[in-house]
Amino acid sequence: MTEASRSFYRTGLATLLGAALFTFGCGPKKVTAPPKPVEAPAAPARPTVTLQANPTSINKGESSTLSWNSTDATQLSIDPGVGAVTAEGSTKVTPSDSTTYTITATGPGGNATATAAVSVNAPPPPTPTPAPVRDFNQEVRDAYFDTDKADIRPDAREALSKTAAFLKSEPSTKVTIEGHCDERGSTEYNLGLGDRRASAVKQYLVSLGVSADRMTTVSFGKEKPVCLEHNETCWQQNRRGHFAKAN
Amino acid sequence: MLKSVRCLGQLFFVVVILFCGRPASAQDWFRTGTGLGEAKPRVAIADFAPRSDTAKSHASLFTQVVRDDLQFSGILELASPSFYPPQVPTAPSELKAPAWMEAPTNANYLGFGNLTESTSEVTIQAWLFDVRNPSSQPVVGKVYRGGPTDLQVRKFAHQFADEIISKLSGGLPSVASTQIAFVRSSGAGVKEIWVMDYDGANQHQVTNLHSIALTPRWSPEGSRIAFTCFAPYKGVNSAQICMYSMDTGKLVAFPRFAGTNITPAWSPDGTQIVFSSSMQGTPELYVSDINGSRPQRLSHSNGASMSPAWNPKTGQSIAFVSDRGGTPQLYLMNADGTSPAKLDLPEKGYVIDPAWSPNGQLLAFSWRRPNDDYDIYVMDASSRQIVELTRDQGRNERPSWAPDGRHVVFESTRTGVGTRQIWTMLADGSQPHQLTTSGHNESPNWSTH
Repeated sequence: MTEASRSFYRTGLATLLGAALFTFGCGPKKVTAPPKPVEAPAAPARPTVTLQANPTSINKGESSTLSWNSTDATQLSIDPGVGAVTAEGSTKVTPSDSTTYTITATGPGGNATATAAVSVNAPPPPTPTPAPVRDFNQEVRDAYFDTDKADIRPDAREALSKTAAFLKSEPSTKVTIEGHCDERGSTEYNLGLGDRRASAVKQYLVSLGVSADRMTTVSFGKEKPVCLEHNETCWQQNRRGHFAKAN
Repeated sequence: MLKSVRCLGQLFFVVVILFCGRPASAQDWFRTGTGLGEAKPRVAIADFAPRSDTAKSHASLFTQVVRDDLQFSGILELASPSFYPPQVPTAPSELKAPAWMEAPTNANYLGFGNLTESTSEVTIQAWLFDVRNPSSQPVVGKVYRGGPTDLQVRKFAHQFADEIISKLSGGLPSVASTQIAFVRSSGAGVKEIWVMDYDGANQHQVTNLHSIALTPRWSPEGSRIAFTCFAPYKGVNSAQICMYSMDTGKLVAFPRFAGTNITPAWSPDGTQIVFSSSMQGTPELYVSDINGSRPQRLSHSNGASMSPAWNPKTGQSIAFVSDRGGTPQLYLMNADGTSPAKLDLPEKGYVIDPAWSPNGQLLAFSWRRPNDDYDIYVMDASSRQIVELTRDQGRNERPSWAPDGRHVVFESTRTGVGTRQIWTMLADGSQPHQLTTSGHNESPNWSTH
């Protein structure tokens, strides 16, 4: 490198560092208070809230799903045992005895509550010999992807053909397709890439005749790896479209 | 030669890469100090005097926090306490200025004061004098009163440091009272939003969703944090935008959208949110009101776009990440979505995590160059010059600027593969400082004031 270019770079660096360290921020920064977000008008609406349990009757050891919805609430809490929750959502509960759950919604306009009861039956008698059921987790096959790619590879086509055959034979089964990635990309990029992978899997299954309304896609990016080592064998296992039974 | 230079590089070396047709292999390392060409005022902070035994621990806490804040600011030189004269003033009448002016203290300014403490209240008198003009008015003279807790004493120390930094820098925004939001893993598959003081003190959990919370972003006025959350609804656990109010300590309602919804960021005026959503197919950028209403699509591509950063000064430009070209790269577009253009870098690799400096002129980002790990870089948006701030120290990602425009907070694996911790540094890469030590901490975001 010539002396001339060296001094050119040095000048460039000094300029940039000057910008980074000395130029800006000096002198009082004019701070204009941003407009406050428009809040509810003078008389805030009273919160409303609903709570459902499904099923309302379970056997000991089984779970029921609580689902709720609210409007105009800033704080929601379900008792007993659940605690603070978001404005709408659902969660599984496994009460050991019959329980009435109460959701309390609090907002600027006051409070509202709703309840849902889950009754717990005594342990069921031993079931008679069950009809042979094909195991979901053994019949569906995950689809694996190349690095940075959401294209369906030949091996994934084969796996998804088997998955499609099973899903067509079990028309009442609904699935969630989860897009996953390896650890090398950023959290944010991987959430986007995982979404593209899940969508690619769904589109491929649709092309094989599986109805789109039976499949929901989600992306977990690199948040839920199946393999935790830092090597390509592991990364390949994590770059996948995974099926979870949704009903 | 290069190897030994790299070892020293932790503190004083940065690399500059220019675009002018220069081959990437011809990088050069330049020596530079953080105070290049500037004479910094030299400040001594005497031990604050406890007026009673009960005030002893808070007196030393106050003194230490003020010294740390001043040291961190980078705009002044803190005289080492081991050089101080034995006689320490506790009030202006006791000030013997010459002893502080002379060697070895050589101070331009002296901070001192005292603490009185009862079971219900601590009172702190604090002054800063120009020791070369000791007869003039104090540069800073303050009385702080509040509850006698460590937290409150820290707050007062930060406020006193803010005053000193503001006075001695001619109005540079001080960061001593700022906070950093971040993500902490609390058990398998659980990540919550936490907040800490800028110096790592006062780490406390903010969300309690028992789920995965990611990418916190402070609103410009500091009253809310928008973030990415996983909240199960009707059996579907998809990524959604969540909003937390620091004023009420509760979540604020934000609508659920179809698909994957991630990486919210604020408009400079705090009235809009820009985020990534696959509600209409591939993950694209949308802008909505802060209550989620009227989402408008901004980007149109065949890939995934995410991690928007809205220029906080001009409000006219949004930097973001897109893999439309095959790998994640930085793009710039106008705030209305027009004129998207890739930010070309001299080498390939992954380019992620754009973060604008408060003056809107510099863009910090993470770049994983070929055969290398992620490092933090800063680009001058107009000249496109690049400075590398970290090197050969694990994986360094997700820079976020302090409001003084001089410091950057980021996450790093430098303390061990698989453990991420949060660090700050000056925006030239010097003075790295670790804020978190236990567990797994990531995605820091510095409050705007």
